[in-house]
Amino acid sequence: MITHPTAAELTEAVADWIESVRPSLTGRDAFLARVAANALGAVQRELTQGPAAQEAAVHRLQSLMGITGAYPELIEELCRRLQAGEMTVDTPGLLALLRADVLDRLAIDQPTYAYEGRPDLAARSA
Amino acid sequence: MSDIEAALTRLGRRLAGDGAAIHGLQRLSGGASMETWAFRLAGPAGTQDLILRRRPGSTAAERAEGLPGNPLWLEAALIRAAAEGGAPAPPLVHVCATEDGLGEAYVMGRVEGETLGRKINTDPTFDAVRPSLARQCGDVLARIHRVPPPEGAPLQVSDALGELDRFEERYRISGARRPILDLAFRHLRDRVPPPVEPVVVHGDFRNGNLMIHPERGVAAVLDWELVHLGDPAEDLAWLCVGAWRFGRPDKPVGGFGDYADLLDGYAAAGGAPISLERLLYWQAVGSLKWGVMCLGMYMSWVAGGADSSVERAMIGRRVSENEIDLVNILERGL
Repeated sequence: MITHPTAAELTEAVADWIESVRPSLTGRDAFLARVAANALGAVQRELTQGPAAQEAAVHRLQSLMGITGAYPELIEELCRRLQAGEMTVDTPGLLALLRADVLDRLAIDQPTYAYEGRPDLAARSA
Repeated sequence: MSDIEAALTRLGRRLAGDGAAIHGLQRLSGGASMETWAFRLAGPAGTQDLILRRRPGSTAAERAEGLPGNPLWLEAALIRAAAEGGAPAPPLVHVCATEDGLGEAYVMGRVEGETLGRKINTDPTFDAVRPSLARQCGDVLARIHRVPPPEGAPLQVSDALGELDRFEERYRISGARRPILDLAFRHLRDRVPPPVEPVVVHGDFRNGNLMIHPERGVAAVLDWELVHLGDPAEDLAWLCVGAWRFGRPDKPVGGFGDYADLLDGYAAAGGAPISLERLLYWQAVGSLKWGVMCLGMYMSWVAGGADSSVERAMIGRRVSENEIDLVNILERGL
């Protein structure tokens, strides 16, 4: 809704400033500055990738469960079914959906996390 | 001079003789619930590099997160007992009493080596020793699991179902809706392995809490705060949780070794054999627990706990790391 600057630009500006003062910090403050810069990175990625990721998630959830609804209701219903054991690892498509869902969130939250089987690390583990 | 430096100076004179002095006192990073200080004690008979481990004033926030640490006197007693059983542990120098003015604390010798997981897993300095670490860890765990519980020790007892109960309650309280966590709780509840006779387990035996020497390997096991009585497989599996593989997810044991070496080392040192299946079950419990702990630390930030740092808020964004690890294990099959 608001531009000049956008939210993404503001987070970029703050992240740049943190980077500029980081070398002058020591100890816990240096560590927290790194965490703060990472947090702003996550915000930036959420602003740019979040809407498409949520839309894709809604499509997947609707198609797996055969119901319609917005993201929060769909997630709530999926959690209910999983807790009740109505859906399990044997439910066709469930694990594939959960993998796609978490990879989209990981790309926003922790894009560098080296998990087992990560495609760009596969060469090393071969 | 800070209160701690003054108290340490008085203690140092009692330990090393009149005229002893404290140099280079510095707080080491890491450990919000426990203070760790490094210092050098210089006395008439020479100098010693020492570590002070000390619990700061309040532990309410830490307990709210479900990381109930043992009292430090018990931690010290367990370290001593483990060392007597041949496990590499830091040498205990002094367990503090009230008159030391340091609160709940103990002093131990500084062990030479590296604790940074990423360095241990990728730095060429550790290339030579790295292939032997998993087997060594198995050996060390077998020794820890033989430690007789200290007399009158108020150690918690837990098993798989108890852990699932404890952490599922915490997950429900958070109000978060995370389908992978729901699936994992249900899946693991439906497959609880037969219970075994509880032993002393370290409770936080992982890459990051191990002092690794470039030639000798595991030089000391650190952070004995979460010792409890439980399933020995819990310790072996915690070391294999994805969160502690530091850039080497292809090496399941701490990011430096393979399952077979860990299990063989354990059995060779007299540990009751543990199946890979049982280990993987507990590894899933471990990823689930760490995911819920990350949620819990974020929740303590929401509640305005003792630690209001950005780190506490941001750690909630690590839940997804544990979720992909759980999906991997569930796809592999338990």
